Amino acid sequence: MTLALALEQLLNGLQLGVMLFLMAAGLTLIFGVMGLINLAHGSLYMVGAFACATVAAWTGSFWIGLIASLAAAAAAGAVVELAVIRRLYDRDHLDQVLATFALILMFSEGTRWLFGSFPLYLDIPPLLQGAVALPGGTEYPVYRLAIILAGAIVAFGLYLLISRTRLGMRIRAGESDREMIGALGVDIRTLYTVVFALGAALAGLAGAMVGALQSVQVGMGEPVLILAFVVIVIGGIGSIKGALLGALLVGVTDTMGRFLLPKILALFVAPAQAGMIGGAAASMLIYIVMAVILAVKPRGLFPAAHA
Amino acid sequence: MREIMIVTRESLINLILAAVLLAVPFAADAFGQPFYVTLATRIAILALAATGLNLALGLGGLVSFGHAAFFGIGGYVAGILAAHAFSGDPLLFGLSGTKQMWVIWIVAVIISGLVGLAIGAISLRTSGVYFIMITLAFAQMVYYFAISWPAYGGEDGLSILVRNQFPGVNTMRPLTFFLICYVVLLLALALFALIRASRFGTALQAARQNEVRVATVGIQPYRIRLTGFAISAAVTGLAGALFADLNRFVSPSMLSWHMSGELIVLIILGGTGRLFGPLAGAALYVIFEYALGGLTERWQFFLGLILLVVVLFARGGLLGLLAGKAKHG
Repeated sequence: MTLALALEQLLNGLQLGVMLFLMAAGLTLIFGVMGLINLAHGSLYMVGAFACATVAAWTGSFWIGLIASLAAAAAAGAVVELAVIRRLYDRDHLDQVLATFALILMFSEGTRWLFGSFPLYLDIPPLLQGAVALPGGTEYPVYRLAIILAGAIVAFGLYLLISRTRLGMRIRAGESDREMIGALGVDIRTLYTVVFALGAALAGLAGAMVGALQSVQVGMGEPVLILAFVVIVIGGIGSIKGALLGALLVGVTDTMGRFLLPKILALFVAPAQAGMIGGAAASMLIYIVMAVILAVKPRGLFPAAHA
Repeated sequence: MREIMIVTRESLINLILAAVLLAVPFAADAFGQPFYVTLATRIAILALAATGLNLALGLGGLVSFGHAAFFGIGGYVAGILAAHAFSGDPLLFGLSGTKQMWVIWIVAVIISGLVGLAIGAISLRTSGVYFIMITLAFAQMVYYFAISWPAYGGEDGLSILVRNQFPGVNTMRPLTFFLICYVVLLLALALFALIRASRFGTALQAARQNEVRVATVGIQPYRIRLTGFAISAAVTGLAGALFADLNRFVSPSMLSWHMSGELIVLIILGGTGRLFGPLAGAALYVIFEYALGGLTERWQFFLGLILLVVVLFARGGLLGLLAGKAKHG
């Protein structure tokens, strides 16, 4: 029974990790290519969730909502890049932090303006409702398994895009030498907009998929954003591979920590106390992991060549 | 020191700022408007917190996105000591809580300084964008700890039933409490000016401008920065203790990353690295918040817009507009 429970928690951790990867991939790509730290990435996650919930409510189809979430987040990303972000590439990180912090305020309040303060709800599509039996006798929701699968497919697709296509070649070239690929005649401004929109679309997709598990509300992107920061700091900023491994590490550590720490502590102290201390310690666990990794490797597990 | 000896336009503006901040609460008190006294107290305390951050960010160029941790820790020190004094339960090692502000201040300064030392020791091994994210992550760690630790209110926060005491005065009177905060702010500004002009401050600024050169003349940038970061954390922690006494309430929101963002915003609005930048920024911010909040429910949207315009087009902040460019970048 406990083993089955542990397996369930492990899958939950994987599912969280996959979500974090979708967020972290965009963040790390944008930092790698443009050298920009984007706090408003969580807002694009929120845009994706709201677009999916709204369109799904109109059309009655989760799948059309999912496409809408990709389109809306990519469009929002492109508009923001054209209007604000491209003025920030030559600025220092402080200006980037402040400008994108300002964007968060505008996105959050703007969304509240349009949709009100009440959360929206998004139903799991009929195809993915229900549960499958796990070895050991528990059941696990199909939808969460589908998220893990979708994340794996996106990760593989992103790998193909970056290593096998012309666009991917330009992105890699942009990461190693920005001026040079501009001098070689690549339209670097358009490339930047495309990369930003791509990152935004990944965030939007993550928001839409999580939207069916939680409620869709203003501010939903912020906790995920900060976890995604932890992920890319652990993985090495600018490294997609690092983002993937970091995301899985953070997802599994966080979920398993919340599950196991109170149980382990219960062996030593009274159950009520174990729950309290264990819960508090578990909420700090991933930050402790991050601190340990950085104390050993200050540039993360897979440091990018430059930056 | 130069600013004190020669009357520049900036020092004149600084003087006017300090005078206006002092005059407004007296006027408000005389006209029976305690709300404005509270508003001015809020400005003074936020300016104090931002002055702490200005030591790290303005002088050292250390973009800490986690100073809310120190602000909140200072607040919780005030809340926890007061709660123990109220209930009579001993705290640690049989020590009891206290209602005396000055004891609370000392404890807040020491604890937030020590936490700053620990966070800084790890974070300062990195730089640039890593430093920003790591300080943010550590602040979140403290935030989640405060939420999940139920002993002192958890998510609901902790109330301070009666404002803590200061010998010889009645702190419950708004004007008195304002004056206490105002004096503490002036002392912190004096400390900032002293540090900036000292050998240590010069080294801290030099480490921002050219790390390699500083190392070449035999000064370790890491130690200088770590000291600066810890002092910065301690000052912000002191502000947190005062803030808790102002609201007579502490909650995890003092630790949230929005607070860290706000503190940076205060400095940028006022003008980075300037002595009175935090005060100018805090005044501007609180007045914006109050004026916009009166006009529209959606004031945060417009605050974001204003901030965006300031970052993109008016980089010197308010003092940059009024007093010209800073003399040293």
